[in-house]
Amino acid sequence: MDVLPQLLPIILLSLSVSGVALAIATLIGLPLGALLALRPVPGKRFWELLIYTGMGLPPVVVGLFVYLLLSRSGPLGWLGWLFTAPAMITAQVIIALPMVAGLALTAVEGLDPSLRLQLRALGASPNQVMWTLLGEARSGVLSAIVAAFGSIISEVGAVMLVGGNIEGQTRVLTTAIVLETRQGEFGLALALGTVLLTLTFIINYWLVRAGQRRETAAWRAEARPGR
Amino acid sequence: MTTGPAGALYSLRAVTKSYAGRAVLDLAALEIERGEALALVGPSGAGKSTLLRLLNFLEPPSAGELRFRGQPVAAEPPLDLLRRVTTVFQRPVLLQQSVRDNVAYGLKLRGLAVDGRVDAALEQVGLQALARQPAHKLSGGEMQRAALARALVLEPEVLLLDEPTANLDPYNVGLIERIVSDQNRARGTTVVMVTHNVFQARRLATRVGLLLGGQLVELAPTDLFFEAPRDPRTAAFVRGEMVY
Repeated sequence: MDVLPQLLPIILLSLSVSGVALAIATLIGLPLGALLALRPVPGKRFWELLIYTGMGLPPVVVGLFVYLLLSRSGPLGWLGWLFTAPAMITAQVIIALPMVAGLALTAVEGLDPSLRLQLRALGASPNQVMWTLLGEARSGVLSAIVAAFGSIISEVGAVMLVGGNIEGQTRVLTTAIVLETRQGEFGLALALGTVLLTLTFIINYWLVRAGQRRETAAWRAEARPGR
Repeated sequence: MTTGPAGALYSLRAVTKSYAGRAVLDLAALEIERGEALALVGPSGAGKSTLLRLLNFLEPPSAGELRFRGQPVAAEPPLDLLRRVTTVFQRPVLLQQSVRDNVAYGLKLRGLAVDGRVDAALEQVGLQALARQPAHKLSGGEMQRAALARALVLEPEVLLLDEPTANLDPYNVGLIERIVSDQNRARGTTVVMVTHNVFQARRLATRVGLLLGGQLVELAPTDLFFEAPRDPRTAAFVRGEMVY
């Protein structure tokens, strides 16, 4: 089948752009969310509100913002990133970051408030407290990562604007679906949509299994002897 | 010279602690000696748990001077100082891990090998058979014993206990009291415990202090505290009367 050689680079680019964006958003978002939950940050409520507002950012608005930032006359135009994968990653990080930080914040705030004090009493440094609490809130943290991945792998507005849907360079699954639909190639568009859904399902399944494995390792128990 | 008397592990002078402008602790002076077992008794809201948080360096005093081994304690104490002391709380919150991993947690924090000490601590509290159990499946008494094990495995210089046997059955109360007593008498660990149970204070402590309204009403060797209290409020408290 001669569609596969055309499809494979699109799938790989979709996965790499969203994968890198998710990794960056996770690395920044988890500590950021935990920091806001745990530390007396000045203007905490304002930052929380900003993050929660960011969770609802329309991707096309993010795309427009990044476009203006990276356009030749923009403040970061000298990077020469417009219509390249780094521009798409930048836009997707902006979309995913508030989601990861906001949901991590909620997850950490939902833990028993006494736990933090008890960890400190056991000699945990502030950083050790933060990572332990993120581990304790792992269900919420996992939800944050899954939700963020879902939002960026499926978004089209931002990557279309800043990537330009250039064949072989910036075409990803969602922009390819838009293109094929516009050209009346509904069969191919549906096939691409199916590929996107299948990929999302497989990755979410893998993420959820990874989370469950961590829990199972902790919970694997011998039969409890009677007392 | 403002250091406490020779041998005093803690020295508190004119220490106060307030939350939102409300004073909950106001201690003129308190010295805690190395290796002693000090019980703090008093009604709820007397400032006992607040005092334990200060002694564990989890919070700084609002005013006054807190010294440990003769050295003033900074508002943000260094980690090595924090790690000399640990607290077992009335309602322990265990991590969503196995009992063994919970006990090993403090060692991992310190970058120490998780070795036979964990098994020894579990054996000490009688939980070795449940080591691989998820901690959240333990009963209340077992949870408290696991919390005690995760503190003991660290071999702390000071063990603080915040009503460690409240709401526990007699079996677990006896077990925990025996372990605490052994830790203090055989291993020389300084113990400061908060308890509502005056009988427990009498069984375990070498000195007993009564806190009322954030102030230390009386601090005396256990026998004197119970047999010949100087303050009428202490006498009333010992008799089981309500004092405020």
